[in-house]
Amino acid sequence: MNLQQQLTAFRTLVTKEIRRFARIWVQTVVPPVITTGLYFIIFGQLIGSQLSAIDGYSYMDYIVPGIILMAIINNAYANVVSSFYMSKFSHFIEEMLVSPMPNYLILAGYVVGGVARGLTVGLVVAIIATFFTDINIYSYPVLFSVVILTAILFSLGGFINAIYANSFDDISIIPTFVLIPLTYLGGIFYSIDMLPSFWQSVSLGNPILYMINAMRYGMLGVSDIHLGTAFAIIILFVVVLFSFCLYLLNTGKGIRS
Amino acid sequence: MTLALEIKDLHKTYRNGMHALKGIHLEVKKGDFFALLGPNGAGKSTTIGIISSLVNKSSGTVKIFGYDMDTELETAKSFIGLVPQEFNFNQFEPAIEIVMNQAGFYGIPRKLAQQRAEKYLQQLGLWEKRYAMARELSGGMKRRLMIARALVHEPKVLILDEPTAGVDIEIRRSMWRFLTEINQQGTTIILTTHYLEEAENLCKHIAIINNGIVVENTEMKSLLARLHMETFILNSRDCLDGKLDNWQDHPGCALRVVDETTLEVDISKQYSINALFAELDSRGIQVISMRTKSNRLEELFVHLVEEGIQ
Repeated sequence: MNLQQQLTAFRTLVTKEIRRFARIWVQTVVPPVITTGLYFIIFGQLIGSQLSAIDGYSYMDYIVPGIILMAIINNAYANVVSSFYMSKFSHFIEEMLVSPMPNYLILAGYVVGGVARGLTVGLVVAIIATFFTDINIYSYPVLFSVVILTAILFSLGGFINAIYANSFDDISIIPTFVLIPLTYLGGIFYSIDMLPSFWQSVSLGNPILYMINAMRYGMLGVSDIHLGTAFAIIILFVVVLFSFCLYLLNTGKGIRS
Repeated sequence: MTLALEIKDLHKTYRNGMHALKGIHLEVKKGDFFALLGPNGAGKSTTIGIISSLVNKSSGTVKIFGYDMDTELETAKSFIGLVPQEFNFNQFEPAIEIVMNQAGFYGIPRKLAQQRAEKYLQQLGLWEKRYAMARELSGGMKRRLMIARALVHEPKVLILDEPTAGVDIEIRRSMWRFLTEINQQGTTIILTTHYLEEAENLCKHIAIINNGIVVENTEMKSLLARLHMETFILNSRDCLDGKLDNWQDHPGCALRVVDETTLEVDISKQYSINALFAELDSRGIQVISMRTKSNRLEELFVHLVEEGIQ
């Protein structure tokens, strides 16, 4: 395939992916809006109003970056894992596998679909947040880069989950038992400075902590983690996961017998 | 001679240890209409899966128009259109979107994809249903949708894995006409089917796979020429009572009475059927209809497969 043909194939897959989640927007966009709206009301307003400031910000302001990023993480992951698994389960992944589309384009198409849904939901959650507080942006470059990189990273995660999944249970196990606990323990609702030193050290092993703190830096200018370290870890994960996904596609794991 | 498909020493062993292909050799010429037959589990779908890169081979080589699938996979794939056995499209997408997306995956610009989608959906009688969700289509329509999808990038080789399974006679015959047309226009067609009449009517060459090996690979005509005897059913206008008393079979012609108005006769290729009719006429038997007892290819197929089992 020449470059023009590759672009056409890539655009086709991305459009297909965006249409898919847009067509079922009641399942894909509305639920996270309701869930995060409840977080803002319960944690931000009702409980947060009783708490003292953290790093000079009200509790509501402090949790907004993490909640937006949580929505991005969950939706980027969910989009790719469900879409790719369905295409595998119903065999229409074969439409792409028989075509001359290179594997990296297939991967990139699904990842961009996941990023698109993650950003769409993240944007809607940010708009919901404006009903409760003023949105601060401390650094646009940091904010945008962390949002995009995190969405890419979790889209890749969803892709790996879908490749290994053999049943619908398999696509919900990782989000339920790994992703949600790591997200909640990643410092959305607290600063790790508030934890005993042992748990601070344990928290440093959670990759989501770095993303949430980088996001918080982008919006508020405060972070528990050095920004350079946070980006280094995020980029490292993106590179490793992208390479692993390509390896899986090239070997046909889960999609070719 | 240009080969559309060249397979050498193809082996496939699945993870569960099943040795599905045990050294397949096949050559399909450009422009051929090629039948790949075999009983269930013989290795037909595995072979097609490997050609279309949906199944990883264990060893051997596969070339499409001279392009090796190991070293020039993308080019080789661009020549192939696949109509699989099972429905493999998104049931929640409209028919036209399925065809257009497939064109897109082959890098065909949208405008050209639209023209091609219209052309093939029209030819296959699906244009009126283009906005219907795939799940709303009948079984025959779904099969035709898969053919339209496989043709949208105008492949040089079209592979059909049991394309007429489960469709009614009328649609099956219209699909035969359509496939014959595109073959005449230059598309090489490789077909697997369980309807041996289909293979006999459509295909120029035939290969029979059994237990993972090719047990026959030849021209359809030469395969059928191997049949020495054919069995016919004759229907008499009147009751046969007593008219065949003292009948003596001729060399190359054996006759049996099935019921009071029906005869069954085995006739060798050397025997003139006129002699039989003359004899029947002299005994006052008027034959009002005649048909072959079974599909000729079916007889050969059963014979070859049984031979393989023994």
